[in-house]
Amino acid sequence: MVEGLRAYRMIAGMWIRSTMAYRASFVLTVCGNLMLTGLDFVAILLMFSQVDALGGWTLPEVALLYGLSATSFGIAQLAFGSVGSLGGRVRDGSFDTLLVRPAPVLAQVAADRFALRRLGRGIQGAAVLGWALVATDVDWTVVKVLLVPVTLVCGAVIFGSLFVAGGAFQFLAQDAAEVQNAFTYGGTTLLQYPPTVFGRDLVRGVTFVLPLAFVNWVPAAHLLARPYPLGLPDGAAFAAPLVAVVCAALAGAAWRAGLRSYRSTGS
Amino acid sequence: MADAFIELDGVEKVFEVRRKTGFLKRERRQVRAVDALSFTVARGEMVGYIGPNGAGKSTTIKMLTGILTPSAGRLRVAGIDPSRERTRLAHRMGVVFGQRTTLWWDLPLIDSYRLMHRMYRIPDARYRENLQRLVELLDLGELLDVPVRQLSLGQRMRGDIAAALLHDPEVLYLDEPTIGLDVISKTKVRDFLRQLNADRATTVLLTTHDLQDIEQLCSRVMVIDHGRLVYDGALAGLHEAGESERTLVVDLERELPPIEAPAPARVVRVEGPRQWLAFPASESAAGLVAQVAARYPLVDLSVREPDIEAVIARMYTERGGTPVSEPS
Repeated sequence: MVEGLRAYRMIAGMWIRSTMAYRASFVLTVCGNLMLTGLDFVAILLMFSQVDALGGWTLPEVALLYGLSATSFGIAQLAFGSVGSLGGRVRDGSFDTLLVRPAPVLAQVAADRFALRRLGRGIQGAAVLGWALVATDVDWTVVKVLLVPVTLVCGAVIFGSLFVAGGAFQFLAQDAAEVQNAFTYGGTTLLQYPPTVFGRDLVRGVTFVLPLAFVNWVPAAHLLARPYPLGLPDGAAFAAPLVAVVCAALAGAAWRAGLRSYRSTGS
Repeated sequence: MADAFIELDGVEKVFEVRRKTGFLKRERRQVRAVDALSFTVARGEMVGYIGPNGAGKSTTIKMLTGILTPSAGRLRVAGIDPSRERTRLAHRMGVVFGQRTTLWWDLPLIDSYRLMHRMYRIPDARYRENLQRLVELLDLGELLDVPVRQLSLGQRMRGDIAAALLHDPEVLYLDEPTIGLDVISKTKVRDFLRQLNADRATTVLLTTHDLQDIEQLCSRVMVIDHGRLVYDGALAGLHEAGESERTLVVDLERELPPIEAPAPARVVRVEGPRQWLAFPASESAAGLVAQVAARYPLVDLSVREPDIEAVIARMYTERGGTPVSEPS
């Protein structure tokens, strides 16, 4: 773990220095990234120009969902997004070159081509979140104030686990990058809308099978004093850290299994 | 051998290959890439590891470096089991893959070296000293600020070799280090490896398709075919074992009847003024050239080395398929 963080910092640092050599280009790509990912929220704004509520949620409330989801996804994508290109590395054989270096492989894969421009997504998500926190009618308490950063961290861990698990799957199916994208990018898009607009089975799946609901639906319901989706018990919003830890553990196990399988088959 | 640095005892690697035979139907087949492989390499030895494509060379290198886990058998490098203690061994070995780079493709060469410096925890003074020495020996001075993707194959190979040696590894694995290189680059790489082995006693194991690599570098050669070690000994012995022949190609001034060459050399082909003479690879070409030159009007000549595939094929056909080996 310590070794992994050390390797991650070194490799990511090298990529940051190399991008910073072209500062203007960096600023432009961050802005581009910011605008491009911001279009998702523009789509929501357009919808609200026609309706007053979406599944019973007002614009600031949906913005809260969007902000929590986009910010935590932005953090996870910044840190682990590169794992998605694992299949390509396995296919062209360059994955082997990582295994001869004295550093944990996951850290090397995750930090590879560390792209600070991905900050754009997190920044615009945080901006929307900031506005939503002011605009919504939340009855703030100390616990609720603390819940916001805790939720962001847990959400980032849950999305990060998805990236890692999706990467692990690519040890078995090298062309599965699109499958991973369906869960990660698809997941964050899904979470931008209130659970009430989706069918019960989908919400069940996103709560119990792939626990994305803990990224924003459940904690947002607590902040807004709304009923929890699926009638979950009151404390559910505080279960997010537990859910995040379980996700991370499962993703770690999947990664190790994938790596073991690679090292025994070489393909 | 008391000072065995690399030890393999009955090492096997079996892959399971799944093949689609119909809708949802899969046929499973086991492929034995390496079969009961046993050998030892002493510290400071320089060994050539050769064999036809698909013989198991790369699989062996991947097991030695800890990339792949052996299916059976015992494998130790410097007393370490590579598949269990991959990162610990990584500090003590260097690897160069001829076909792909271990450098960071989009970054200048020097950035990769700086990262190696920190990743391998090389003390500052030693890093500076090694970098300076490698840059000088491998002629990398003007390439340090060039992104790796812009380097030519020969330049990249030298860059890769330097990267593999910055941390003073005790063993260096080279998988086809001269493949695709021009003559000058090949010579540079070979000269460097010879010097490395002489100066630092670095153990070197190299796979190659080029018999000249072996001839100029290795006192010992191991031949692997179908996952089995079929020869282990000196290169000269390999030529004898394979009864391989070299070819002397001569251009005469004019068309002449086949040259009456001293046995065992013989003319195998005549095409206008050009004639091909086969002679045992273990013999010197000088004597034959002198005798031919004394009696025939020579314009030009060249000597062709037997290729590994031909040598191995002959070992099989002429010895009835029994593996030949010689104690090293």
